[in-house]
Amino acid sequence: MGIVECKDIKKTYQQGKIEVHALKDVSLSIDKGGFAALAGPSGSGKTTLLNIIGGLDQPDSGSVSVAGNTFEKMTQSQLALLRLHNVGFIFQSYNLIPVLSAVENVEFVMLLQGVQATQRRERAMAILDDVGLEGKYHRRPAELSGGQQQRVAVARAIVSNPSIVLADEPTANLDSKTGNGLLEMMRKMNEEKKVTFIFSTHDKMVMDYARRLVLIRDGRIVDDKIK
Amino acid sequence: MYFQLAWRNIWRNSRRTAVIMIAIVIGVWSMIFLSAFMRGMEYDMIKNGISTLTGNIQIHQKDYINDPVIENSMHSPIKLETALKKVLPPVAHWASRIRVNAIASNARHSSSITLVGINPIPEAKVSFIGNAINNGCYLKPGDMRGIIVGQALLNKFETKVGHKLVLMSQDTDQEIASRSFRIIGTFKAQLQATEKQFAFVTITAARQMLKLKKGISEISIILPDNADANPVATGLKTELSADLYQIQTWQELLPILNAYIEIFDGFIFIWFIVVFIAMGFGIVNTTLMAVFERMREFGLLKALGMKPWWIIKDVLLESFLILIIGMIIGNLLAFLCVFALAQSGIDLSAFAAGAEFAGISRIIYPAVWIEDVIISNIVVIILGLLVSLYPAAKAARFTPVEALMHT
Ligand SMILES: Nc1ncnc2c1ncn2[C@@H]1O[C@H](COP(=O)(O)OP(=O)(O)OP(=O)(O)O)[C@@H](O)[C@H]1O
Ligand SMILES: [Mg+2]
Repeated sequence: MGIVECKDIKKTYQQGKIEVHALKDVSLSIDKGGFAALAGPSGSGKTTLLNIIGGLDQPDSGSVSVAGNTFEKMTQSQLALLRLHNVGFIFQSYNLIPVLSAVENVEFVMLLQGVQATQRRERAMAILDDVGLEGKYHRRPAELSGGQQQRVAVARAIVSNPSIVLADEPTANLDSKTGNGLLEMMRKMNEEKKVTFIFSTHDKMVMDYARRLVLIRDGRIVDDKIK
Repeated sequence: MYFQLAWRNIWRNSRRTAVIMIAIVIGVWSMIFLSAFMRGMEYDMIKNGISTLTGNIQIHQKDYINDPVIENSMHSPIKLETALKKVLPPVAHWASRIRVNAIASNARHSSSITLVGINPIPEAKVSFIGNAINNGCYLKPGDMRGIIVGQALLNKFETKVGHKLVLMSQDTDQEIASRSFRIIGTFKAQLQATEKQFAFVTITAARQMLKLKKGISEISIILPDNADANPVATGLKTELSADLYQIQTWQELLPILNAYIEIFDGFIFIWFIVVFIAMGFGIVNTTLMAVFERMREFGLLKALGMKPWWIIKDVLLESFLILIIGMIIGNLLAFLCVFALAQSGIDLSAFAAGAEFAGISRIIYPAVWIEDVIISNIVVIILGLLVSLYPAAKAARFTPVEALMHT
């Protein structure tokens, strides 16, 4: 069984009077240690699927399980705890808490997990070093470039060794060189720390990095290649 | 770190935070200061009421209250004295009086007054008259012709200290008794009405005029602590027969004053509500604004794995910090104002005419009641947090899904 199991997921949104079928019968299984890309045009349902896998959104039908936890009967609080310990999120932008410095942003997740203060600081700094941000610990997000902010977000997502990291178009706001660097780094983390990455993209270059490429169109998986 | 986060968040929009803090400061300040002012007024009214010949407790012959004539006097002062010595705490003071309605007149004017026959020495310790003389001198025991009137009466009669004043009243034989006195002094009172109402002579002069042997109309008692009035009155009631005597506390003697005080308490309560409603709306509004501005962030916090309840706690912590700072400043300011005015008092001369009607002095000294302070602070903090619950719950419901839809 994969670390992520989605079975027959349907999700329909109501936009005024129009029903939008964001996901129509999606089934997907992703193995531990995977580095998978969900690719597809805008509006195809990538974000919706990632949110559902992360428990931020509920499917209308179908079942989801992450790291052996089936979502169906879980409460909001239980889902939150599952995210806290098992799922890291990276969004396209606005990933960081603006009033906290880089190192505090990384520490924040460990704070929620109840990690002790000195250990928190040590681990946060070490992981920031890993993502190439040594010496920028105390900068606020506003004082970091977009690429640096995304690196902090990656550092935060993996600092507590989650089962999976869900990244929704993490490179969309970056130029291709910076985006490349970030992907390189995510792959390094994937290989070194055995963290499963699932990211969405519609960028050809990003798709090339993935070891598995899942193509979505109009809320359906139309292709699934393992390279 | 939660604290740091909350602290930095409240200063993100420092102007907005400052505005709501000022609202809290003003609210708390006004609650404490206004109640101190009201309590000062209450205290003053009670003090005036008590010192204007009422005392904490009075004893009369049982029919006197309904028919305050000289026949309804108490005729065995010795018995009363033993009862008083037995029941009263050692530091209490008491004085016996004769009190009748009379007509005062001189060549030009006449007016209905209350004639009070007093024992000058004990009386000075019981009522205001002992240190209210502003002109001439106070009565000496046994003075058979001297009379003290209020400054306002003197002015109204267009007369002077040293001039004559004729008093008329009904004596024990139901005849009209009339006697001429010489004004030896005038007194000032907090209220003009008091100055016009009362005229003082010695008890011996009053007895002679009214043909009374040793009877007295009333005994007025001053206790060191106003709160003792009820238990002492109960003690006296067991000693003195209810068939002969009526024993009343100031609350019973001054029912209007008592009603005023209840109205004042009501005012304070209503003010607390008004302040709170205004402040509550301010808090809800600004917190809602702050929360909506940070919708994405709350979505992010949820994605990071914060339980809804943790987000509520976060928002409440921010409100709590704002409330606490506002409260501390508000309290300090209120105490500073009270302290600054404790010496000089608050001058109400501008409203004296209206205030006098209610028995209030021209100058009010604010009095802080610790209960009022505690209640205002508890009200602000508890209700402040309660109204913040609504925006906090809103924040807890944002998801990144929604947050992105709002961009
Ligand atoms: N909260 C929502 N309410 C209503 N409709 C929504 C909501 N979220 C997504 N949709 C709709 O569902 C469909 C799929 O959206 P989704 O965001 O998953 O696409 P996407 O593949 O991530 O697109 P993009 O590449 O532009 O990010 C779209 O048509 C979108 O308009
Ligand atoms: Mg998307």
